[in-house]
Amino acid sequence: MTQLTGHSASLDFSQPEPVDMSSGKYVKLWQGPQHPGITGNMSLELTLDGDEIIECKTHVGYLHRAFEKLMEGRNYIQNFTVVCRIAVPEPAFNEYLYAEGLEQLSGIEAPERAQWIRTLNLEMMRLASFMMWIGGQSGAFGLYTVPNWTIAYRDYVLDLFEEMTGGRIYHMYMVPGGVRFDLPKDFDKRVKEVMDGAEKLLDQVERVMYNNVVFKARSKGLGIITPEMVDPYGIVGPNARASGIKRDLRKDEPYLVYDQLDFDIISGTGADAYERAYLRLQETRQCISLIRQCMDRMPRSGPLQAEMPNVLHWKIPPGETYVKAECTRGEYGYFMVTDGTEYIRRVFVRGPSYTHAIAVMEKLAVGTNIADIAGLMVSLHTYPPEIER
Amino acid sequence: MGNLTSALLERLERDFDITDITERHERLTTFKVTRDHAETLIRELRDREKYTHLNFITCIDYIEDGVFSLVYMLQNYVTHTMLGVHVDIDRDKAEMTSIHTLWAQAWTYQRELREMYGINFPGSPRLHEDFMLEGWDDMPPMRRDFDTAAYSTEHFGHVDRESEEPRQYMKVQFYPNRGGDEE
Amino acid sequence: MLKITGADDIPEQEDVLANDGLSEEDRKLFSNARPKKYEPYPIKAIEDFANWARANSLWILGFGTGCCSIELRPLMTSRFDISRFGVAGRPTPRQSSVFVIGGYVSVKTLKRIIRSYEQMQGPKFVVALGSCPANGGMYFDSYNTINRLDLYIPVDMYINGCMPRPEALLHGIMELQNDIKAGSCDGANRYVENFDWYKANQKKIIKNWNMPDYNW
Repeated sequence: MTQLTGHSASLDFSQPEPVDMSSGKYVKLWQGPQHPGITGNMSLELTLDGDEIIECKTHVGYLHRAFEKLMEGRNYIQNFTVVCRIAVPEPAFNEYLYAEGLEQLSGIEAPERAQWIRTLNLEMMRLASFMMWIGGQSGAFGLYTVPNWTIAYRDYVLDLFEEMTGGRIYHMYMVPGGVRFDLPKDFDKRVKEVMDGAEKLLDQVERVMYNNVVFKARSKGLGIITPEMVDPYGIVGPNARASGIKRDLRKDEPYLVYDQLDFDIISGTGADAYERAYLRLQETRQCISLIRQCMDRMPRSGPLQAEMPNVLHWKIPPGETYVKAECTRGEYGYFMVTDGTEYIRRVFVRGPSYTHAIAVMEKLAVGTNIADIAGLMVSLHTYPPEIER
Repeated sequence: MGNLTSALLERLERDFDITDITERHERLTTFKVTRDHAETLIRELRDREKYTHLNFITCIDYIEDGVFSLVYMLQNYVTHTMLGVHVDIDRDKAEMTSIHTLWAQAWTYQRELREMYGINFPGSPRLHEDFMLEGWDDMPPMRRDFDTAAYSTEHFGHVDRESEEPRQYMKVQFYPNRGGDEE
Repeated sequence: MLKITGADDIPEQEDVLANDGLSEEDRKLFSNARPKKYEPYPIKAIEDFANWARANSLWILGFGTGCCSIELRPLMTSRFDISRFGVAGRPTPRQSSVFVIGGYVSVKTLKRIIRSYEQMQGPKFVVALGSCPANGGMYFDSYNTINRLDLYIPVDMYINGCMPRPEALLHGIMELQNDIKAGSCDGANRYVENFDWYKANQKKIIKNWNMPDYNW
């Protein structure tokens, strides 16, 4: 495993000198918040010299709903319906982490079958999210066939969710203490069908997208993240793995039942946009394998809910915890503080885009040109709502 | 608590007077350090002890004690443990040493804390630019004494619709016989 | 439909807009004319034909303002395929005729919404998704999201749900088409008639008003 020791002194991440706009050589261009990509509402203030970007500043806040403040005024079970709305493409990770955090703080343990179902749910979420990401990445580079395939196919995964949880996008399924209800009858058959189709689709996507000359030409060499950058910039997840750093919370700090599943950490070498895209395709395939393993190895029966106090008057003793999980973009974490009352004292949601979309984006954008910005943004898998919450 | 961490904590206790050492779960230990020692301690953890990844910086508002408790969460990728460094600062004169030279993403967190809690980090870049809010002229909204529901009613209230206070309404729904008294 | 109350209390404004959010120099760069009302063709058959044509070629502005806009992607791609109804996405406000407000609206986004809405050329329609633009929804007590969108811009169609399914969106678009064909989608005209009332509401919550009063 590659391990970095300390920080490289040569890395300079001080802010750039202000650009002299009065010289008339430069143009300011705002990209966003109205967006062509799938990246959500975020704007980039670009300073251009001709077509080349010489300075990039990220502006966020268009989606700020003050979740952390709202959660302080709602009790624990009311918050359960709120948390999933923090991140739209991956609500399940929020649900899981919120439930896991409360379970840790109040000393409840979810039953085994519930843990397996949670793992299955998270992996299906990852598959759906990657499907949309593949569509976004190819769309950002001008290939509009692939989004039509993958986003439409993602809908079949959403259908599975609907069958399993009752909701397409927001499931509100992983309630603190377990999961809300059992898998439907003959669910494994339908999962198998969808997974078989997904595998075929991914082969086609690989042929059409990853071998495409235009896609290759535009993504190779774009936005290179060197291994030295990873720690100082706080880069996590596929963005870090693509540069050869083997880190995956599912393997390193196993949660749920990941220690009973067979998989390897996938890592790349090139660390440009193409390498990251290819790594994500491989991880999508890995997802399918993990979903199949979950379906095969899951205990057939067992309780789904742990013994819970009356959730309407649920008081949790004072404590503090930080729980995290590996979402599609990397480390997703919940920092929770309780003070013995019915209301939570403080929640902090740590999303990987916080670093990827601001510090990393501002560095990588310099030197590219306008046409590649959307592709670069999607390639880092930025997602603004988790920055501003 | 692993042997590695406990040896480290003993050393830190000797060198930096850290207090309130608590093991939160097998990978997370938190402790408190004074404001003056904080930056040196974090730098030492990063350079010597391989706590190379900054998970986040955040703040807890203990309004009853009159302090903001800043939390720096550091991650070690070798032992896969985390340290939560708590630093209490005065609520009325909220100011803290900036660590933007240690991690590239640190100034973003500090910018957020400046906007949401009104904590000053002298020297941190772009600190006084708007981050999430635009033209905000009230108290920093994440402070405990800021009432978000009252602000919402005042600014975005309905003009021609009656509404119920949801918490009271739910209590009346659940305990109708007792007139909404839940005890 | 929103009953506009208190619009008469606002004093009669001058023919030109003040643009007092702008500096003296910038004021020269922007028009100060007030928006004009759309007058239908005097012959009813022609107006009906125009409405039929408008209803069957709707261009959605590609501005996903909140979480409901995630359902626009399945809607646009091959499974639900909204192009069957003559609807397609457009990247710029100048070329689009339907503004889909996708869910909650934060104050910072509202400023951009107003700007984009005013830049759109008539005939233009607003569709609001989910419960958040109607009454604040889940974020009714948040300090940064508005509770009622039609205080700030006129809304022609609400589609409820949190979030509405693509089928609901399809149904909503079809209802909007019916309304357009019947000539009853007069949101843009309401905006013009009560322009000062809308502006007063907008300026009440947008603190740093540094754009012209009417952006076009």
